[in-house]
Amino acid sequence: MDGEELTAQQTALYDRQIRVWGVDAQKRLSKAQILVSGLNGTSVEFCKNIVLAGVGSLTLMDDRLVTEDALQANFLIPRDETVYSGRSLSELCCESLRDFNPMVRVLAEKGDLAQCEMEFLDKFDVVVVTGCSLKTKIEINEKCRKRAKRIAFYAIECRDSCGEIFVDLQNYTYAQKKSVGTAECHLSYPSLEDAILLPWRNLPRKVSKLYYAMRVIEKFELSEGRNPGELSNFDLPAVLKLRKELCDAQSLNESHVPETLLERILVAGPMLYPPVCPILGGILGQEVIKAISGKGDPLKNFFYFDAADGKGVIEDISNPSSI
Amino acid sequence: MGSDLKEEAIKRAKVLMVGAGGIGCELLKTLALSGFQDVHIIDMDTIEVSNLNRQFLFRQSHVGQSKAKVARDAVLKFMPQINITPYHANVKDPGFNVDFFKQFNVVLNGLDNLDARRHVNRLCLAAEVPLIESGTTGFLGQQVTVHIKGRTECYECQPKPTPKTYPVCTITSTPSKFVHCIVWAKDLLFAKLFGDKKQENDLFVSAGDGSDSEKPTDIFERGSDEDHEQYGRKIYNHVFGYSIEVALANEETWKSRRRPNPIFLKDVLPERLILQNGNLEKNFLTEDLPLSAMSSVGLSNPQDVWSLADNSRIFLEALRLFFGRREKEIGNLTFDKDDQLAVEFVTSAANIRASSFGISLHSLFDAKGIAGNIVHAVATTNAIIAGLIVIEAIKVLQADFQNCRMTYCLEHPARKMLLMPVEPFEANKSCYVCSETPLLLEVNTRTSTLRDFVDRIVKNKLGMSFPLIMQGATLIFEVGDDLEEDVAANYALNLDKVLVELPTPVSSGTMLTVEDLQQELSCHINIKHREEFDEDKEPDKMVLLGWTAREKESQVVSNGNSTSAAVPAAAEATMKSEEAEVNAEISGTKRKLSEILEATENQEASQILSRPDADNFKNSHELEDDDDDLVVLDNYPETSKKQRLH
Repeated sequence: MDGEELTAQQTALYDRQIRVWGVDAQKRLSKAQILVSGLNGTSVEFCKNIVLAGVGSLTLMDDRLVTEDALQANFLIPRDETVYSGRSLSELCCESLRDFNPMVRVLAEKGDLAQCEMEFLDKFDVVVVTGCSLKTKIEINEKCRKRAKRIAFYAIECRDSCGEIFVDLQNYTYAQKKSVGTAECHLSYPSLEDAILLPWRNLPRKVSKLYYAMRVIEKFELSEGRNPGELSNFDLPAVLKLRKELCDAQSLNESHVPETLLERILVAGPMLYPPVCPILGGILGQEVIKAISGKGDPLKNFFYFDAADGKGVIEDISNPSSI
Repeated sequence: MGSDLKEEAIKRAKVLMVGAGGIGCELLKTLALSGFQDVHIIDMDTIEVSNLNRQFLFRQSHVGQSKAKVARDAVLKFMPQINITPYHANVKDPGFNVDFFKQFNVVLNGLDNLDARRHVNRLCLAAEVPLIESGTTGFLGQQVTVHIKGRTECYECQPKPTPKTYPVCTITSTPSKFVHCIVWAKDLLFAKLFGDKKQENDLFVSAGDGSDSEKPTDIFERGSDEDHEQYGRKIYNHVFGYSIEVALANEETWKSRRRPNPIFLKDVLPERLILQNGNLEKNFLTEDLPLSAMSSVGLSNPQDVWSLADNSRIFLEALRLFFGRREKEIGNLTFDKDDQLAVEFVTSAANIRASSFGISLHSLFDAKGIAGNIVHAVATTNAIIAGLIVIEAIKVLQADFQNCRMTYCLEHPARKMLLMPVEPFEANKSCYVCSETPLLLEVNTRTSTLRDFVDRIVKNKLGMSFPLIMQGATLIFEVGDDLEEDVAANYALNLDKVLVELPTPVSSGTMLTVEDLQQELSCHINIKHREEFDEDKEPDKMVLLGWTAREKESQVVSNGNSTSAAVPAAAEATMKSEEAEVNAEISGTKRKLSEILEATENQEASQILSRPDADNFKNSHELEDDDDDLVVLDNYPETSKKQRLH
């Protein structure tokens, strides 16, 4: 990408990261427009990372007013009621984030992404959603895929001390570094809906238990009309019943979806284990930077982290014929 | 947030953080959000612009202020109830002694240099406080490690390569890599021109232009009739032209080496640039902008590799600006990577020298990285590491040692994993720091002095700051402010003596005891006399041996209390072989990383890669020898514009 050079100010500020990914990548970052829908401990970590990286703009959508839960693991909001009272999360986070890097345009957009016109998405290169139902995630993902310009879609959810990231780069081509020179690499990502529709018995045997656990919880939330974080331990019997139904339908042994794991997630409710947020937000940040810059192997297509075992695992949940 | 016990342990914990930089900012924020109430933080640095891309607690307006203090203030804004005690100080200060460390339940390191890390390691061992270590460099694989005395290895159980040193003659006469040219430009030429005149300097200074005087004149002394421009040209012709001609006269040196080309100004810049006078006026008008030879000469892109002619222009212009506009500083300057003019000078000087020796030229951006030992870094890696540190810290506080893990962060997944936890390694029984095994030193006791031993071994390799050296019951050397005059004088005399000629002679078979009282570290060194040393491979002319290669088995399954205790034998065997596979992958990954990682004089980059194999010592030796020009980073070819010679 030729054309305008980075300004002296940008070169000075971004010196250390330019030494990691190069000037061209930095230029591409500075043109990227990012949208984040849903602000929680994990997504604000991502916002911090992407603003520091020097993107063109970051737009935040979350009209909820500040509550105790919302303040949890959120370091962007000053603990001063006179400051935050009556204002939305997106407004408050926006103000703080602007400070992190004056060269990035940070905006708060009112409204609900699920209700937005499709054309609204055309402004963005990257869309990140969190805290909404599976139905909404699928809808937004579908909208992204219908646009003429490729929009990278990410969904991220942290529950208790574990979390999941979903990546959809549609058809993605990049120069993959080999031992000598580079080779063009094509990746074909399934939509969120297609990915989770893949029959469980067709998946590799060692797929992370978190994948299944998340699908069970998601499905239960959908049936109850609740968002992530709104379930509790009271729901355990019903969740276990759903687990049995799903596993039977999918011919999958229930041991793949441990009760202890489901219980852990339900007991936590809206609570997140704070140290997990920077880990997930950091991985997501790295992925988005890779996708914008075209440098580095993007992960395909699910990522899991569980503090219980400390593993950060990539799962490729896609139809082999589409790779 | 988990059980009440966990919350209690967190609330009651007293935590020490060392470092308030890249990892530090992320760590302090995460500790605060995790419910910690009492955190102390030590950092001696002040905030710089280049920190702001990742040290997000700081703002432009904070540049120049203490990192520890500003970090504290920033965190209090979103977590007012936490107690944070900042120390704007060096962790090596005597005030941070064993008693100071004893008050903490856990110590978390966010440091960027080997020296401080070793120091903290020793204090944690002496105070018996668990230490959690970490390191990040760019996007590449890094790790979080837990060190618990008596249960796991200490930070120094795996030998870490100490700062790279080059033989003097490589720098002064026979450079073969760009980094040699940088060291020459920075530590010799820059120091000679602008630094302390009283400092010893190996630069060749004799004027030998055919004058008859018996006493050679020092070319660097400016004549009373010489103006700055003339002086600059004289220096140029001397260091790049005449000195090379003199060196060429010695046939022996060049028998199997490429002969350098002397470079004289008249051949590179035949025309006199009258424009420069115009620029001089301009500079005087724009007083508030930092001085820059680049802008004078009309070059703007720090990523460009300049021609020999442009490098020469920059060289002369930088000299002129130093003497014309920064005269007061001359005689006191040390190279500072944030001093634009100094970086321009060193870059151009190194490039001209490189040109002479057929070494590829580098951009200012790259040269600055090498000269300044710059660590490349991004926010995301630091954030991930911080999260992992806090998770381990909470386990330690609950005494959940069985579940403590060493976690690798990989750029390329190994067995689907980007974050790979591994059981901590057992202590190395031969570690001179946490076990009590003597070391062996091979040295020529007839030609090496006590000073050589103190500087190269005790301070550099063993990392002791205030050493005490004894032979049996006799003190042969110590450092201290409160020494009596005659005692101090005696030590000074000893320093210059060769080892066999010390009052109590040190020769083959002698055992020395070296201690550092602040670090509470004591170790024994057996001396073995050796006549010859390889100038290139053993520039120190001493070889310290002592930590033995680890057995492969102990790498695979470490702690006796394996969490797999309940698993049947067959399954356990599978797990062991899986772990072996994983460990092999890790070493494989690390070796690959070592090939692609920027191998500069930056000890941090190479230090992170020294995971042991059966040949751990050999590997670290190889790594040092593998020191190359600025290496192209794996995925980002345009970070470096160098062209490989071969």
